Amino acid sequence: MASVTLNVNGKSVTRGVDARTLLVEFLREHMRLTGTHVGCDTTQCGCCTVHVNGEAMKSCTLLAVAVDGATITTIEGLAKGQDLHPMQAAFREHHGLQCGFCTPGMIMSAVDMVRRKGTDLDDKTIREELEGNICRCTGYHNIVKAIHYGAEAMGKTGTAAE
Amino acid sequence: MYPFNYHRPGSLADAVKLAGADEAKIMAGGMTLLPTMKQRLAAPSDIVDLNGLGLSGITVAAGKVTIGAMTRHADVAGSAELKKAIPALAELAGMIGDPMVRHRGTIGGSVANDDPAADYPSACLALGATIVTNMREIAADDFFVGLFETALQPGEIITKIIFPVPEKANYQKFRNPASRYAIVGVFVAKFAAGVRVAVTGAGSGGVFRQTDFEVALGKDFSAKAIEGIAQSADCLNSDIHADAAYRAHLIGVMARRAVDAAK
Repeated sequence: MASVTLNVNGKSVTRGVDARTLLVEFLREHMRLTGTHVGCDTTQCGCCTVHVNGEAMKSCTLLAVAVDGATITTIEGLAKGQDLHPMQAAFREHHGLQCGFCTPGMIMSAVDMVRRKGTDLDDKTIREELEGNICRCTGYHNIVKAIHYGAEAMGKTGTAAE
Repeated sequence: MYPFNYHRPGSLADAVKLAGADEAKIMAGGMTLLPTMKQRLAAPSDIVDLNGLGLSGITVAAGKVTIGAMTRHADVAGSAELKKAIPALAELAGMIGDPMVRHRGTIGGSVANDDPAADYPSACLALGATIVTNMREIAADDFFVGLFETALQPGEIITKIIFPVPEKANYQKFRNPASRYAIVGVFVAKFAAGVRVAVTGAGSGGVFRQTDFEVALGKDFSAKAIEGIAQSADCLNSDIHADAAYRAHLIGVMARRAVDAAK
């Protein structure tokens, strides 16, 4: 057993885990934060995307023990109480989902995209940057639209600078 | 995944010692190793995580770019210094995997793994890079031995890779539409002393140099110069995505595009 301490969504947690424990298992099974999904479990679909020290990574391909000490943000950590994060609000407003399974990963990638590429995103950039997120309902059109408006809203509300 | 002992050593000496254990595996970003372990295709007794060694960073000096082995693809792709010195190398890094993979995967890990469809080996070979380990310096020409096979000895760890700065270079990648790995990737680099062309994704023995193209481009660095040169389909991969003849054709097309785009 290895002791792993993470700051998850602003809260420090320490758990003793088997070295094999993936970050996504730590989040879902040890912390019961089930918003982070496991889709393919092979680093392709992006449903498990979380932010590790502020950068998007696939939590199905990280050992929890290897990110010991890191700050993790999951989909549960984006909203401020009852107020959705602007990117979450944009996905709702523009219906950027069908079944919703890929949505947490899409939103975490989208927020990371704004960090790297700014708040004025054209469709080409968004589609290219979504390389690592797969929607099997193939509802990309509205996802792209939602990210465009979500990014814009992050700029207006100052969320992008956080 | 089978159970293993996890280590994150704080010094290269400790890492080398731990990596010397029977069945130990060195982990850089883990973007290939962890999926392989999850499929139970690898069952190391010990994982030696290099993330505590501080082997990352990019320095440009005197016609050479030195990239620490643990430098992540995202940092290579985003380096302003590198974009000035060898823009083709920064662009190549930005084509690997996806943004999340680029936040974790490293140049040393990719080069040590030597996946026959990986991007970095073509840059190392075409630029004539030197792979520096804890034990020695290895020329790229001697480093890539075969499929997933390099000159690295058990327990030997790459610390940095040194790239000579070319006059111009470019990398063109024809992606598998699903996996996005290179079906064919061609890296062309023009130096005062000559031109080097390396091909990834296509060879059944991994990355290789296209010397016929090199000779022709050395005389005339233009896409036209290699237009008539046939690439043999012998020793090229054939699979459901692309047969050997198609890959041979693509090598010419990608090489010509790379020459046209070189800067």
